[in-house]
Amino acid sequence: MCKQTVIQLTVNNHPGVMSHICGLFARRAYNVEGIACMPVNGGATSRIWLLVNADGRLDQMIKQVDKLEDVLIVERHDGGHAVFTRMAEFVA
Amino acid sequence: MRFSGAEIIVKLLERQGIETIAGIPGGANLPLYDALSTSSIRHVLTRHEQGAGFIAQGMARVTGQPAVFFATSGPGATNTLTAIADAKLDSIPVICITGQVPLAMIGSDAFQEVDTYGLSVPITKHNYLVRSVDELLRVIPEAFRIAVSGRPGPVVIDVPKDVQTAMLEFDVWPEPGGRGAGPELMAPELAYAARMIDEAERPMLYLGGGVVQSGSSALARALAEKASIPAALTLMGLGVLPVEHPLCLGMLGMHGARYTNLAMERCDLLIAAGVRFDDRATGKVAEFCPNARIIHLDIDASELDKIKSAHVPVAGDLADSLAALLELVRPGERARWLGEVARFKREHPMIIPGADDPCSPYGVILKAAELSGDEAIVCTDVGQHQMRTAQVYPFRRPRQWLTSGGLGTMGFGMPAAIGAALAAPDRTVLCFSGDGSIMMNIQDLATAAEHQVNIKIILTNNNALGLVRQQQDLFYGKRYFASDYSRRVDFLKLAEGFGLPAIDLGSSDDPESDLAAALAKPGPCLIHVPVSPDAPVYPMVPPGAANSQMIGGETHV
Repeated sequence: MCKQTVIQLTVNNHPGVMSHICGLFARRAYNVEGIACMPVNGGATSRIWLLVNADGRLDQMIKQVDKLEDVLIVERHDGGHAVFTRMAEFVA
Repeated sequence: MRFSGAEIIVKLLERQGIETIAGIPGGANLPLYDALSTSSIRHVLTRHEQGAGFIAQGMARVTGQPAVFFATSGPGATNTLTAIADAKLDSIPVICITGQVPLAMIGSDAFQEVDTYGLSVPITKHNYLVRSVDELLRVIPEAFRIAVSGRPGPVVIDVPKDVQTAMLEFDVWPEPGGRGAGPELMAPELAYAARMIDEAERPMLYLGGGVVQSGSSALARALAEKASIPAALTLMGLGVLPVEHPLCLGMLGMHGARYTNLAMERCDLLIAAGVRFDDRATGKVAEFCPNARIIHLDIDASELDKIKSAHVPVAGDLADSLAALLELVRPGERARWLGEVARFKREHPMIIPGADDPCSPYGVILKAAELSGDEAIVCTDVGQHQMRTAQVYPFRRPRQWLTSGGLGTMGFGMPAAIGAALAAPDRTVLCFSGDGSIMMNIQDLATAAEHQVNIKIILTNNNALGLVRQQQDLFYGKRYFASDYSRRVDFLKLAEGFGLPAIDLGSSDDPESDLAAALAKPGPCLIHVPVSPDAPVYPMVPPGAANSQMIGGETHV
């Protein structure tokens, strides 16, 4: 069983932001296991939660995500996040 | 005030201090060109959008300021991608403004429509698809700020045609975008780094393009001198220290001098500044500086611990971190270590075959350097000529040396040289190229002739892809497949056809004086030097091997 972690991002909300973030993972062959995204503050920004496997490249991934112009805040929840535990009910 | 989107873009570029823009018009950016026609900005019409991108790069690399280029939608935009990716890998601040089909037609596979935003995501520092005319007031200054702040890089702004024609009523122009402050340094980290330097017996500086970009070459030199630390330079770092400086060991890595790689092997502390541990510099990473602890200074935190873990990683502007270290380190003599380095230099010198022959691959570089003087700017394409220039050209200043380091783009040299000459019209620009490389953007010879830029293209012609052939020679059993050109191109006639004077050193009775005459005459010129396809570039570290495994270039072989 892989140890998983959740990266929580606060990002600008416009078309293309998701492709910046997913593309960053994809071209480093790093799979995103789960994604959740909702607009906040009336829609100017969004919050994204990424469920990823915590392998040796994770620190580098987080640094790369943090560099993206549209990413405002990066937080890491190594203990998991309720977003995904609740979402799991839908796919059970 | 009431302006169209296109007029707003051009006005904002003027306010950013942009004086020259290279590009090509097309259906989707014609409003932008119409607005440009009444501007004080000079336009350079190229024959290919990739050429426009490299002209912008040439300007940006020489000045350190962002440069702009234009392309239309679809094929115009796709033609820019190589130049943009090249700028990304070498951290060059360029801004590419592309036209796009009208907003309502986006996603309909309209004529000349391509997803420029999507295509440019992985090769830009940031990119925009502008959706309304009022966004331009924010996006343009922001693009300039992003291109030059922190680690510089390329920005793409895709502007739909109807956004260019839409009118906007507004009161004040936004402030031009400029460089933001770097991250704050952590004093204890630097104090610890300084103590490591003081205590090291065999420290070595490892200086790269970041030192050039941050304008901190003088600080790096002062640090080397104060603590008596020899310095190895990456391909992008050439010129940070003048070659004749006693502490300068020149280029390390795949085609570095033997003594440089041997000294790296021996060092007990590596002070890496503005470098990213590229594999062409490090060779097999696990065996790079095997005995050294590492201090890594970089403005881009994601470069720290990326390839090799540093004992002290310092995130910050090199101008700040080098200045702080310079204050903190103790003056040092290090006679024993410098003596050892001197012995490496003596026992494993750089061997330069044909150094005195102006018709040989190395000799023409040395002769051109001697004849053109200290003020020349030096551009190269990619290949054997590039590595030879990096090895032997006497670089003395930062921003004197323009080469495609990270992406290694053949076709870079000639248009980048045009850009350099446009940015520094009083200087001679030498462009060392090869027959393989120059063909990849040869159409812009017409642009060079049209603008009478002072570029001297020194074309060493072996009718082959020299570095490919060299690898086939060494690692593929001499099976030269697809690396020789069976058709000999007449570059002298080509130059003439494009409107450039050309000379052939191969058939010259007095090559040295012919070369001198060609370099002395203002304007563009092509200097053709036929060379053998069998002349290797040595030393060479086999790809994937440790830097200690250098092939060739020994004395007494």
